[in-house]
Amino acid sequence: MRKSWWKILAAVLLIYTFTAGFLIKVPELGILKESSRNLFFHVPMWFGQIILLTTSMIYSILYLRKPDLRYDIYASSLAKTGILMGVLGLLTGAIWAAYVWGAPWSNDPKQIGVAIALLIYFAYLVLRNAIPDIDKRAKISAVYNIFAYFIYIPLIMILPRMVESLHPGGKGVEGNPGLNGADLDAAMRMVFWPAVIGWTLLGTWITTLNIRLYLIRDKNLINAK
Amino acid sequence: MRNKIYWLLSLPCLLFTRFDGYAQSNGVVETTMRSNNKIYVVMAVCITILVGLFIYLVSIDKKIAKIEDRQ
Repeated sequence: MRKSWWKILAAVLLIYTFTAGFLIKVPELGILKESSRNLFFHVPMWFGQIILLTTSMIYSILYLRKPDLRYDIYASSLAKTGILMGVLGLLTGAIWAAYVWGAPWSNDPKQIGVAIALLIYFAYLVLRNAIPDIDKRAKISAVYNIFAYFIYIPLIMILPRMVESLHPGGKGVEGNPGLNGADLDAAMRMVFWPAVIGWTLLGTWITTLNIRLYLIRDKNLINAK
Repeated sequence: MRNKIYWLLSLPCLLFTRFDGYAQSNGVVETTMRSNNKIYVVMAVCITILVGLFIYLVSIDKKIAKIEDRQ
């Protein structure tokens, strides 16, 4: 294993999350009951995803400044893991909603916003695979990735603040579009933040595996520059 | 390598048998794993999946490292 300390940290934090996440006492919040423990699993998907996609967008800008194929590999690998976490976030949200809101899909503004954002990122993957020329693919997908990011952020951060929703946060409700911070007690915070770091590190680990694989595969192309 | 895999696979089984044996010897149903509406069973399942995923990631990581060294 390469640079293993943070990978071990990811494992320790997530095992802590999976243990303490089930063991601590959670406050009874209305209809949520014990399902509020999902906070340690569903919400970090969004934190991790935003961090990965932001980093991906930064590497796309770096590629446009200096067309190094390595930046393209970083950007696309980060985006792929970000999209994976997005899909998992949406699915876990639907499972949670099925038992709390009464239906897995209730056309809630947050569900629709995220679904559109994910479709835009799916198009990124399709676009990449549609262009056989490596330099053209890297350049066009870098431009598209920056565009996708700046439509993704309004869809999940700005629009949810402007409309009413079943989800915590948003118009007329306390908190940000992700969660109502006032609902968390001290014990939940002590699990929630390590969970966010742990899940993000796990996402980063998967991303680095992808990056290392592509760096080896495209070794000749990178050295040719 | 193979021994290691068997050992890891048997971990969840050990957990299961130990607590089950305990239940029989005492004649009590409400053991640790069965208390609180069996929520600890869910916890054990989730931790098993998580540990399994990490073992898989470590093995991929090592394989890539081996290829990187060969370069």
